[in-house]
Amino acid sequence: MPPSHRGPLAKFLPASFFFAILLIFTTLPLFAAENVPLKKTTFMTLWVPQAQFAGFYAAQRKGIYKKYGLDVTILHGGPSRSPYDFLESGRSSFAMLWLATGIEKRAQGAKIVNVAQLSQKSALMLVAKKESGIKEPKDLEGKKVGLWDEIYQVQPRAFFEKFGLHVKVVPQSYSVNMFLRGGVDAASAMWFNEYHTILASGMDTEELTTIFFSDHSLNFPEDGIYALEATLAKDPELATAFVKASLEGWKYAFDNPEESLAMVMRNMKEAHVPASFAHQKWMLERMKDLMLPAGGNRQPGTLSKEDYMRTGEVLKKSGLIALVPPFGEFYKSGEASHEG
Amino acid sequence: MKDKSIAFKLSFFVLTFTGLIFSGIFGYNYFVSRQMILKNIEENARSLSVATAQRIETVLRSVQEVPKTVAEVLEEIPYDKEVLNRILSAAVGNNSTLYGSGIAFEPDAFEKGSEFFMPYAHKSGSGIKLNCLGGKDYRYFFFDWYQIPKELGHPVWSEPYYDEGGGNIIMSTYSVPFYRREGSERKLVGVVGADVSLGWLQKIVSEIKIAKTGYAFLISRNGMFVTHPHKSLIMNETLFSEAEVRGDPHLREIGKDMIRGNSGFVPFTSLVSGQECWMGYAPVPSTGWSVGVVFPRDELLADVQRLSRIDLALAFCGFLILFLVIVLIAGSITRPLRALADAAKALAKGNWEIELPRARSQDEVGTLAASFLYMRESLKKYIRELTETTAIKERMESELKVAHEIQMSLVPKVFPPFPQRPELDIYGVLEPAREVGGDLYDFFFIDKSRLCFVIGDVSGKGVPAALFMAMIKTLIKTNAKMCTSPEEILEKVNVEISQGNDACMFVTVFCGILDTRTGEVCYSNGGHNPPFILRKGKEPEFLRGGHSPVVGVLEDAVFEKAVLRMQPGDTLYLYTDGVTEACNDKDELYSEERLQEMLTQTIPGSLKGLVEETLRRVRSFSGTMPQADDITLLVLRYYGVGGEEKEANKMNLTLENTLTDLSKLQTALAEFSEKAGLPKEVLHDLQLVLEEIVVNIVSYAYSDAAKHEIVLSLEKEGNELAVWVQDEGRAFDPLKIPDPDLNAPLEERPIGGLGMHLVRNLAREVKYERVQGRNILTLKILLPAVS
Repeated sequence: MPPSHRGPLAKFLPASFFFAILLIFTTLPLFAAENVPLKKTTFMTLWVPQAQFAGFYAAQRKGIYKKYGLDVTILHGGPSRSPYDFLESGRSSFAMLWLATGIEKRAQGAKIVNVAQLSQKSALMLVAKKESGIKEPKDLEGKKVGLWDEIYQVQPRAFFEKFGLHVKVVPQSYSVNMFLRGGVDAASAMWFNEYHTILASGMDTEELTTIFFSDHSLNFPEDGIYALEATLAKDPELATAFVKASLEGWKYAFDNPEESLAMVMRNMKEAHVPASFAHQKWMLERMKDLMLPAGGNRQPGTLSKEDYMRTGEVLKKSGLIALVPPFGEFYKSGEASHEG
Repeated sequence: MKDKSIAFKLSFFVLTFTGLIFSGIFGYNYFVSRQMILKNIEENARSLSVATAQRIETVLRSVQEVPKTVAEVLEEIPYDKEVLNRILSAAVGNNSTLYGSGIAFEPDAFEKGSEFFMPYAHKSGSGIKLNCLGGKDYRYFFFDWYQIPKELGHPVWSEPYYDEGGGNIIMSTYSVPFYRREGSERKLVGVVGADVSLGWLQKIVSEIKIAKTGYAFLISRNGMFVTHPHKSLIMNETLFSEAEVRGDPHLREIGKDMIRGNSGFVPFTSLVSGQECWMGYAPVPSTGWSVGVVFPRDELLADVQRLSRIDLALAFCGFLILFLVIVLIAGSITRPLRALADAAKALAKGNWEIELPRARSQDEVGTLAASFLYMRESLKKYIRELTETTAIKERMESELKVAHEIQMSLVPKVFPPFPQRPELDIYGVLEPAREVGGDLYDFFFIDKSRLCFVIGDVSGKGVPAALFMAMIKTLIKTNAKMCTSPEEILEKVNVEISQGNDACMFVTVFCGILDTRTGEVCYSNGGHNPPFILRKGKEPEFLRGGHSPVVGVLEDAVFEKAVLRMQPGDTLYLYTDGVTEACNDKDELYSEERLQEMLTQTIPGSLKGLVEETLRRVRSFSGTMPQADDITLLVLRYYGVGGEEKEANKMNLTLENTLTDLSKLQTALAEFSEKAGLPKEVLHDLQLVLEEIVVNIVSYAYSDAAKHEIVLSLEKEGNELAVWVQDEGRAFDPLKIPDPDLNAPLEERPIGGLGMHLVRNLAREVKYERVQGRNILTLKILLPAVS
């Protein structure tokens, strides 16, 4: 129980790790520098290196950012490193936030704007063991349910209210061991991450009941790219170039999964983060499902007003915000602004 | 296989069956030893995995005691911060496996107002360092080691994790919740945790090495690799994610069984080498972890496989030796056999001097070779003798051939013998059964008008009979000059032969003397077959007079004489018993009856034709039976004095079945017509009619290409002309040919047919008969009265 015992992830993140990451990602572009002076900029992910950010790694390692005249430093979030803090304080020009977080901060007065909405579908879900008698939502009544804090609780709570369920909420850490050991009957999970961790711990899909919030009118698109209004005003082309290059990086990652996974694994090993190939492969495949949902013909990277309003209304109803900020002020598509 | 050599067959079968037997034994041996080794491996794998798990369990249990005891103490005694620190220092200090230990309290549980309180002692250098944890940066309530035992209400081992500071030491925490009694409820006060470095555990497990690549590994309850020779798997992959990457559902099943706390022994693919292995696994009960021990199959079976390879190599050498031995043995058997076979071929070609293979051994082959040698000598001797015998026989045969020619030259063979004598005709034939025979015939004039004729048959056959025959013939001829009557001739011959007839040979003789002026025949029959007299228009009859004994037996025998008057046209038919005693394959004799019947049916044409017809009939009767006795025929026809005139009214013509013979017919008819004084118109019609008949026969009667005879006989008597046409062709009645349509224009009438039309108009009587395979057409034509 030294301080490092803050869940499994925290243990893998020694102080040196962040410097190492910084060093790697800042020096890389320098080696590739050409005659054209590159615009230096920074981007911060939501979490430690994993396939959730494969597109950004591809854009950086395959020289796509450079092609767009950018020299991007990728910073990584973590248990004690909030991308919002980095964005607000200007330590990072761009940051990845959940849409719900973005709306909440904007409603609270933060001058941040969404320049690209990557995820089009909520990956947040509840997982339960069938052996604990949970086969459908109503079976959750009176059960112990592990929930993450803050913004991760908006959808579950709205869901419980919708189904009139009374559950015993247990704060959930970053591991799923509580759930695996039977400490809770149902646990929160991201489809692309914890759900697979459960599968990789010996649970079969047949043994599990899954509840996707996106299936219950609670589809909150998640990962988006944000910037301060000031950053946008100062150099609108920067945002446009960054968004375009990042989307191109994602396309490359999806088109070349083997190479992309190799990059992810490399980044994870360099960051001393536990890296399971099977896990990252699953994650990359799910990211594709989330960003390019089947049947969807939406341009990648766009935020639909419908999704925005739905998310905003639920936030408002749950009391987190008083008013939903106007869509036009919130969403400044990096591409649209350039074209406009 | 049938045409393969003995050496091949022998080696093929022996080697095949030896191979089968060996394969059976080898297979059984391999199977059993493999099973034995497998059983050993299973026992080893099971016991090794259980023993390893047990060792780990023992250590973990001793560690568990520390926080358990602390928790029990805390539930019993009052404490303050100092006490807690002392307890923790003692616990860490007294237990070598413990890295650190702490006591985390629920909010307000240690003292009111403190959200976090967690004294913690851990080893640092040589001493023990104490500090107090908990705070906004370390919200222990939400961590597994605290939360899980709290929620479950019982002690829990955490999933292994890397220690602080980025080192490579894996640790696990044993957490024990402790409570305070508040009324009837137990209220959670906090959790006592003990951090254990798992370095020793890794050492225990990694020390296990089986054969070259065998290894042991340990997985956590989540299936996470805690130790594994493949370092990259440790704390990164679970058995399940590995199964997913490898697409191996079997591996996933094994993993599930392992984390369920079961033990077992299963086939397993090494995660290090990819080789087929077996794995024994056993649980570490207190943590739910599982130890797997991997036994590489090929390496463990290497001994039995090496033994098998040596076995196979030895078997191969054995096979080779066996093969050579068989080839040698087979060769020793077949080499002399082959040599014998070659020698036999040479012998068959007549090479008697070829060197025969010597038998060196006394076995079957040796015996065969010896027999072969003996056979060759016997054959040589036999052939030498045979050659000599054959030479003798050939000489005798050539002598007999000469004898035959001599004998044939003894009897008259030129016919007609007396062309200047129109009053008689004579024809004879002698066919010996062997080269030479005992039959004889002869005829000669004893004076100007008297003809002596004789036919005889000597007893016995062959050379003695021939010699005797020559003697008889000479005697008869000699005596005939001096005698006037046949009985006298026979008497004298008899006397001469009978004297000193040591060989007891005799002869039957028919001797006659014809007075050509009168037709009177005096004759005596010395025991011979009675001849036939064929009188014109009458049945043939036997001539039974002059019956006398055979010649050469009784010296004083008396010979009778008889007299016959022949009318012009009568024929005397003499024969020997070679005719009547000719045999067929049913042992039937040709007999006098058949001979008589034949003579009845045959229209007397030429004498030669009569003789040849007789021979033909006898031969066809005998069929394939060889001729047993000499056959002699002698026929004599008397035409009387003025025979020329009589002869002028007759014509006998034998044609061959070719159209070229038609000219003969024309010539003969013209001659006859002139001699017999036929009117010209009759000749013309006759020519037309006979030509047509002959052409028909030539064209249609025979289906083969052989020569056949067509016999025409014409006889004018008074004002009637009789015509007979005989042929041996297929049955055909020319009278059934319809008359041609005389009213039709000439070009449309079919060719032929006119002749038969003419015949019907011309002849008084027309008759067709089929007699014994011969067509006989008889025409009787009325000649116009001579004006």
